Amino acid sequence: MKYDFKFGWWERTYYPELIRGFYITSRHFFVNLAKWMTGKNGAYTYQYPEEKRPISPNFRGKHYLVLKDDNSPQCVACYMCQTNCPAQCIDIVAGEDESRPEEKYPVAFKIDIGRCIFCGFCVEACPKDAIRMSYDYHIADYNTTDLVYDREKLLHWVETDLDKEQPLL
Amino acid sequence: MDWIIFIAIIVKVLFVIVVLLTFAAVLTWVERKQSAVTQDRVGANRVEVFGFRALGMFHIITDAMKMFIKEDYVPGHVNKMLHFLAPFFPMVAALSVFAVIPFGDDIVIAGRTIPLAVANLDSGLIYLFAFSSIAVFGPVLAGWSSHEKYAMIGAMRAVAQSVSYEIAIGVSVVGIVLVYNSLDLSVIVQKQGELLFGFIPKWGIITQPLAFLLFLPAMIAENKRTPFDLPEGESELVAGYFTEYSGMRWGAFFLAEFVEIAVVAGVIVTLFLGGWQFPYLYADGFHLFGYMLNIPHAVVVLIEVVTFFAKWIIFIWFLQQIRWTFPRFRYDQLMRLGWKNLLPLGLLNIVVTAFVILIIN
Repeated sequence: MKYDFKFGWWERTYYPELIRGFYITSRHFFVNLAKWMTGKNGAYTYQYPEEKRPISPNFRGKHYLVLKDDNSPQCVACYMCQTNCPAQCIDIVAGEDESRPEEKYPVAFKIDIGRCIFCGFCVEACPKDAIRMSYDYHIADYNTTDLVYDREKLLHWVETDLDKEQPLL
Repeated sequence: MDWIIFIAIIVKVLFVIVVLLTFAAVLTWVERKQSAVTQDRVGANRVEVFGFRALGMFHIITDAMKMFIKEDYVPGHVNKMLHFLAPFFPMVAALSVFAVIPFGDDIVIAGRTIPLAVANLDSGLIYLFAFSSIAVFGPVLAGWSSHEKYAMIGAMRAVAQSVSYEIAIGVSVVGIVLVYNSLDLSVIVQKQGELLFGFIPKWGIITQPLAFLLFLPAMIAENKRTPFDLPEGESELVAGYFTEYSGMRWGAFFLAEFVEIAVVAGVIVTLFLGGWQFPYLYADGFHLFGYMLNIPHAVVVLIEVVTFFAKWIIFIWFLQQIRWTFPRFRYDQLMRLGWKNLLPLGLLNIVVTAFVILIIN
């Protein structure tokens, strides 16, 4: 490999540059040490299970389906989100309601969270604002079949502490 | 042999071994924590005993427990005996080297003069180099007995590096021998208490600054620490010469490396930073510009031992900080530094030192 940079005599004596590098690392060491000594936080890390990183207001977490006032889903099973999903993880089965012939409704609504890439295109695509994303990202599970969220799980989602927290503005 | 001297020797041996092994254990924690503080991280702090975390100090114990509990797997293709022997060499060598390092002035107990060094050899410096070269047998045997390419290349690099840099070490220290006119480490330290122009302590770093700048990298290379850790360069060689080691045998190499850090720091402090010498402190108290402050002998020795430990710990910090500052050399850069820079400068240093001493006398 060829470098355009030519080392001058100052760099080639080597020790001055070493001292410069050493000065930078030891400055970090002593500044952080002083912070720790005086009870301040000398690190940029979050100690994850105990302290969590503040969430952005447009954070895209676990999905949920919005309920109408009469506890039926807002969703009209238009397949917009399913068609738009780049990961193809949404699976909707539409059904007809005799009492309300103007709209369809989802008989089944499955999202494979394990395949989901959390792009938010389903939320963008939805004409009825029926699917939204919460701030919850604690969705790890022990097997992949449990990661396929069905209609009931999406409708009756549990609000977690993460959702209650004021998002970082 | 007098029984007081006999007991004193046993106490000194135990003291040195306990101190070195404690340092090695604490250094495993220092390595993790100092890197964390330098790199704006928190570092190991997860082990909790009764709600106390003690800044992650319990990780020393859990690390050791993990090492012992892990399966000690010996691959079928290794030479069993050499594979078993290899981890002992660096450890024994590192512990033996420290025998000649004085950590305090001679102490008088019940009319007997007891030197505060395990062995007060007339040729201490030569003993020191002899034993620090034996340490390289560990990597060689480990790499050779493993019958494996990565380990073999690591061992070859270790030997090449050791051979190249031992010359630089030997050459750079000749200046010290010329200045202090002795190979006995306690005499060298004794003479570093003298004053230059009446007020500058005659430490090695002041009389031989170039030798210090040559000796320090050569000694780190001998220790195989970053920036000279090519024998175990994990990006190329998996883990270098101890690729085929697991469990506590790998831990023995690891521990030996930390003992070596302590020893290297001790050697450099002894040769260049005045050893146990506190500036202007003599056997009967402080002397400066004709003024003097009398201090009892026992207190003086205590101050000297504390001084040695303070210098030692600060220098260990320095070595660790170097480890977290500089990136690894390329192999040709390593060889060029050793043969083309350190060796000629070392020879120049000898010539200049000899001339200056000749003129002064």
